[in-house]
Amino acid sequence: MPAITSANAIKTTYNIYDDPPQDDITLEDFELWAIDRMRILAEIEASFARNRSYKDMSETISALSRKYLPLNSTTAKSIDVDAERKKDHISHFVLRLAFCRSEELRYRYVKSEMTWFRIKWDGNDTTERSQFVESLNLGWIPVEEEERISLLPELLAASQITLQPGTTINQYIENYYKVHWTKVPDLVERRRVFLKNGFAYVPAREQASIVFQAFHTNLEKQLMLTAKALPRLDEDNRILPILEHLSQGFVAGIASEYHVANPADSVTADMIDEISNKHFPLCMKNLHETLRKKHHLKHYGRLQYGLFLKVIGLSIEEAMIFWRKGFSGITDDKFNKEYKYNIRHSYGLEGKRTNYSAFSCQYIFTNHQPGVDDTHGCPYRHFSPENLESALVTHYGNQGVTPSVLPEIIQQVRSGHYHVACTRVFEISHGLKSGEGVGDGVSVTHPNEYAARSRELERQKLAPVDRDYPPGSAMEIDS
Amino acid sequence: MQIQNEPISEDVMGWLNHEHVPSKMFTHREFAFTLPGDIYLRYNSFMTMEDFRKQVLKLLPSRFEIGAVYSAMPKDKKTLRPGVLQPILRELVFDIDMTDYDSIRTCCSGKGICKRCWGFIAVAVVVLDSALRNQFGFRNLLWVYSGRRGIHLWISDPEALALTDDQRKSLMGWLEVVKGGKEQMKKVNVRFGKGGVSPLHPALNAAFQHLKSSFYELVLQDQDSFSEEDNWKVLLEYLTDADMKRNLREDWAADLNRTSEEKWDDLRKAMTAAKHKEKKGHATKSEAQKDPNEINVPVTDRYTAAMEDIILEFMYPRLDSEVTKHRNHLLKAPFCVHPNTGRVCVPVEPEHVFDFDPEKVPTVQQLIKELDQLGSETHHSGELGEDVPKIICQYHGPPGYESDE
Ligand SMILES: [Zn+2]
Repeated sequence: MPAITSANAIKTTYNIYDDPPQDDITLEDFELWAIDRMRILAEIEASFARNRSYKDMSETISALSRKYLPLNSTTAKSIDVDAERKKDHISHFVLRLAFCRSEELRYRYVKSEMTWFRIKWDGNDTTERSQFVESLNLGWIPVEEEERISLLPELLAASQITLQPGTTINQYIENYYKVHWTKVPDLVERRRVFLKNGFAYVPAREQASIVFQAFHTNLEKQLMLTAKALPRLDEDNRILPILEHLSQGFVAGIASEYHVANPADSVTADMIDEISNKHFPLCMKNLHETLRKKHHLKHYGRLQYGLFLKVIGLSIEEAMIFWRKGFSGITDDKFNKEYKYNIRHSYGLEGKRTNYSAFSCQYIFTNHQPGVDDTHGCPYRHFSPENLESALVTHYGNQGVTPSVLPEIIQQVRSGHYHVACTRVFEISHGLKSGEGVGDGVSVTHPNEYAARSRELERQKLAPVDRDYPPGSAMEIDS
Repeated sequence: MQIQNEPISEDVMGWLNHEHVPSKMFTHREFAFTLPGDIYLRYNSFMTMEDFRKQVLKLLPSRFEIGAVYSAMPKDKKTLRPGVLQPILRELVFDIDMTDYDSIRTCCSGKGICKRCWGFIAVAVVVLDSALRNQFGFRNLLWVYSGRRGIHLWISDPEALALTDDQRKSLMGWLEVVKGGKEQMKKVNVRFGKGGVSPLHPALNAAFQHLKSSFYELVLQDQDSFSEEDNWKVLLEYLTDADMKRNLREDWAADLNRTSEEKWDDLRKAMTAAKHKEKKGHATKSEAQKDPNEINVPVTDRYTAAMEDIILEFMYPRLDSEVTKHRNHLLKAPFCVHPNTGRVCVPVEPEHVFDFDPEKVPTVQQLIKELDQLGSETHHSGELGEDVPKIICQYHGPPGYESDE
């Protein structure tokens, strides 16, 4: 990709950050500007964690940007846009240094920078955008009118445009560009373009997608290069503590992952049958049942279920017992050779020694699509309605999920609200009112959240009723 | 039959290396060996072809697999800093395995394969070969019989070698149609819009044109796949008309001898009748409830769409997507001998894939016998272990690879 602009004259509010800044900068600005940028990016991360809508998030972020890192368009009068752009440029490069150091940090940094870029993109005027696009020089070839007309039926079918009655074909002819398919991987993956001889025919309105991709690819590549160059920075002992501090701020930004088991909840291998029966969400019940019936689980099934059990509180020793007994059809030798390592690995005892967190619902929906014979995944998402109905009645029939409540659940599934369906099953099977969710009206976003709340409800029910309320407690005031 | 002077190893070299002097394409390439007793050795690499040959003759692996070209030499893995050894280049590979067709084939199951069920693989080859050439513009495609019940594809265009994992994943998303686990009855969901009857995407339409003729011959006549209840139930999943669905289900459940052809005919008749009824303006009950957005979709009606989707579900290539998506995945090398069947992993030309008979592929035992006869005729001397591969190589050259010479 050709260089866009030099740091001294950034022509638009958008920047793909190709060239490192050449300006001199004080150590103080180095840190303060980076912290200002960090405020925005950390809020983006938090918004994802809280599952906020794109609209809500972009409102908050735009307001924050105006406050900490305003970027006015070139036409803005009486504002030093060059200074704004310099701050944007430099703070980006400082954070690159802070976040290039591990794969996880890189991933999160790219994601939040991408999102911010997108929010800025959606909020700005078209002149500013087209100037930027031109400067990118992405190798777009306009499709000649003759070819466009000859391919029209294919082009329309590829972009899912259907001819409306009472319209003429001319109304559908828009500008198309030919781009090598690798430049628009997301459009290709969703089969949203026409593809011929390695070239994707992209409607002009999909421009944004291409720009985002270019931004993304470029940033990922640059971060890798920065990571390689970083050891040389170690010598500058003024900068390193600042970078350390900045990256810590990001790590603390997210809280919704279930990393650790509550020690009070720890379980042993022989308890799983019962707990599964009483407390597990359908995905895990399905895996457990498969394990008991087939005495085996395929790779992603073991991973999804194993990490879930770890977080439930199954220790590594108990996990070994559980899986060894579960795979009853094989020899000790085979077990030790083929499975032991992976189990220990998922507990962070082998390989990179990462303490993996259990899969969230979002992760289960979008990763490792189950193959024809697989049993992992989310039953609400991956089962046919008929099989889902019978699975629900089998597993939760005696807890109130009777055929009469199925239509409501299936309705949610059909409209794509899988976690809402799961939440409804939780409510029904725990005798809760609709809307109570897994506490405070929150819906299920993590299988471990489901199980933890279920066990908590049971504990509350079993705990002896405490009649001596402490003075000033709500109960006393009420009475 | 004439014995060539070049041993196989140089052909492997030429194909992997793209030239005849070892370059990084060879020296940084991962090889994995499977030794008798299920010992699996990963991250081998070699400085020269001679080293590779010596090691093969020393270890006598039951098979070897080929991996990616790495940023450093894979054999140095243990001494390198973590993260330094990264896959850089890799042929774009595909794996189609007959076991993914077990639910719909009736002639064989499990490890078995015959000329009849090979038809599913043959169709898959034709569809994929044309998609990868016409849509993606790849030119160097090498199809190789896997030695047992499937086929592998190696694409070695420079552009294919350089694809990142993300790009491979996108390509897979484009090609994959039959999705969902065991419990997902309806595995084809390719329609967009609320009415669910947008016309087929041009890429799928191209595939569909290949599939429809074979569907009749293979699924309906030869395999009679809809004789199995599990299969005709899947078929019914695609119907949106509740009455039609119920009637057919009752009819077919009552008549166990109804053949697939007859069932397909029942379906067509029911659809024609329903279409006719709609035209006359006598909307059926379920029709009255249809989504208002559906009105503006004149190109494909929902009955045609359902039939197209059923054909896709039963005929569209079923791919092992993980193999394709990750550069660090290994795949059994072409020209290997399958350790269980003894059959040689011979290249297959897509133009003749329908004539290919997996049961007639030479086994290593046959080759040795032929070689013995030849040896006595031509007074060829040399060790048997070296000669066998020569024959294999001579048997079929690699048509997918065009050297740069
Ligand atoms: Zn067969």
